[in-house]
Amino acid sequence: MVEEKSGRSGEIRIEHVSKRFENPDGGSVTALNDVSLTVEAGSFVSLIGPSGCGKTTLLRAIAGLHPADEGVVLLDGKPVGAAGADRGYVFQQANLFPWLNIRNNVAFGLKARGVYRQEQQEVDRFLELVGLKDFAKSYPHQLSGGMCQRAALARALVGHPKVLLLDEPLGALDAFTRMNMQDVILELWRTYRMTMIMVTHDVDEAIYLSDRVVVMSARPARVEKTVEIELSRPRDRGQEDFLRYRKKILEQLHFAGNSREPDYYL
Amino acid sequence: MKKKLLPFPAVAAAAALDVLIPDSELQPAADRPYYLYFLGILAVVFALFFLVSLWNTAADEKLREKAPLYAGAVLLTAAIDLVTSKYALLPVLFFPGMDRVFGVFASDWRLLLECIAASGKLLLIGFGIGAGLGFLTGILIGFSKKASYWISPLMKVVGPIPPTSWSPLVLSLLATTYQAAVFMVALAVWFPITLMTSSGIQNVSNSYFEVASTLGAGRFTRIFKVGVPAAMPSIFLGVFYAACSSFVTLVTAELLGADAGLGWYLNWQKSMMLYANVYAGLILIAGICTVVITLIFRLKDRILVWQKGVIKW
Repeated sequence: MVEEKSGRSGEIRIEHVSKRFENPDGGSVTALNDVSLTVEAGSFVSLIGPSGCGKTTLLRAIAGLHPADEGVVLLDGKPVGAAGADRGYVFQQANLFPWLNIRNNVAFGLKARGVYRQEQQEVDRFLELVGLKDFAKSYPHQLSGGMCQRAALARALVGHPKVLLLDEPLGALDAFTRMNMQDVILELWRTYRMTMIMVTHDVDEAIYLSDRVVVMSARPARVEKTVEIELSRPRDRGQEDFLRYRKKILEQLHFAGNSREPDYYL
Repeated sequence: MKKKLLPFPAVAAAAALDVLIPDSELQPAADRPYYLYFLGILAVVFALFFLVSLWNTAADEKLREKAPLYAGAVLLTAAIDLVTSKYALLPVLFFPGMDRVFGVFASDWRLLLECIAASGKLLLIGFGIGAGLGFLTGILIGFSKKASYWISPLMKVVGPIPPTSWSPLVLSLLATTYQAAVFMVALAVWFPITLMTSSGIQNVSNSYFEVASTLGAGRFTRIFKVGVPAAMPSIFLGVFYAACSSFVTLVTAELLGADAGLGWYLNWQKSMMLYANVYAGLILIAGICTVVITLIFRLKDRILVWQKGVIKW
């Protein structure tokens, strides 16, 4: 249990993935068009791009919630199948099961896979890591949005997935809670060194957390540009280099004006 | 404090009226003043309740809230006493005095207990079969598109038929009238539970199932650890409807040739024009239904604690 997963496994290779959705009126929308991307094992990559550009579709294809029409997603060289415990997923809404208390929510995956008996101390460890030890017996409706999202993080991580997929996990939280949660996520990533792929609208969040920011184009989504963030952690959101990255990414998204402060909430 | 004592003057007034005003000569006399005994029992119950409420806050709140209602109920029996026993304003054959109605419990208690046992057994068997099958078909329809395609139209056609209207058919097809009664009660329970289970499951947010599958949950876990608990509020509503319709069906089914049970008792006493016994039977049925419904609500509160603040019933 204490033996940590080394950063060796958890490489995601996305090869020529396309996805179309049928409209009710008979037409179809191409959400992803020939997307290829490699995410190294143990790295933190953010996907950023305009609303509805298909970032979430890509994440769901990796998770196996929406298989791709064409192309293939490989995890450590093997095609991913249906959704499974090797790829954790944190949704924008915490989606905790309201009929289970926080501890049982976190333990759900272990119980579902029949390994709860051997690994139950992991539940307590992760509750402690996300700061919810004292709320183990509480029900989701008794907790704030930020606390619920922490519980959702613990629930996704407790089974030690090779990859954690984060679908705008902090999008519904207020600014202070969000910055706080960014540190929680960073700390978990540093401790467990699993691959993390996050969809976000927030340029600062992407730079603050990621090794690499992947800028995607509007629908159909393609990889527009990949920006390596070569800053040491912990990063300073007000630092000059930080702001340079920010300007670079905003330019890529066509939101950087000449003088005015950009509005980067898409 | 004063409000909590309201039932006592009500009981005293009812007793005084009963003692001071002589019974009408039209009304057949009872062998004992059972209505007074009943008032005496009520007085003891209220006194115990009051004593408990002196140190138990839950009982105190309840008594504070309900005392006027209890007093009103006692006064209502006093009014019935005046209309029936005292002045015989209504035909005495159909409206016996309360002395005679309560007297039935004293004279017939052995038979009534047997009837309760017989009805309870029929209800349990019918409810068990109907609820078990209803739960299964509900889950099947809720989770399988194919099952939903083939079974739900059948359910929608067959379900609304009042279960007792099958009686001509089942009485001739099944070996005994008892089996027929069980069948009708089971049918009465099966429909609401199937309906509420399947619709509850179909309304479960898909994101719960997605979360479960990204946590490595298989089909069994998704059905029984996600779908069913999420649909629990709706399933309980089904159980509640089922309980109500099972009472209706039970009493009617027992009219059709059973040889025991509360429905049979009502029918038999009616045929002998013993309306005091009919009223006693009705009071008993009302009491039993109230107890069963209360138990269901208690169970619901216990199982659905997580619902507090999420959904109101």
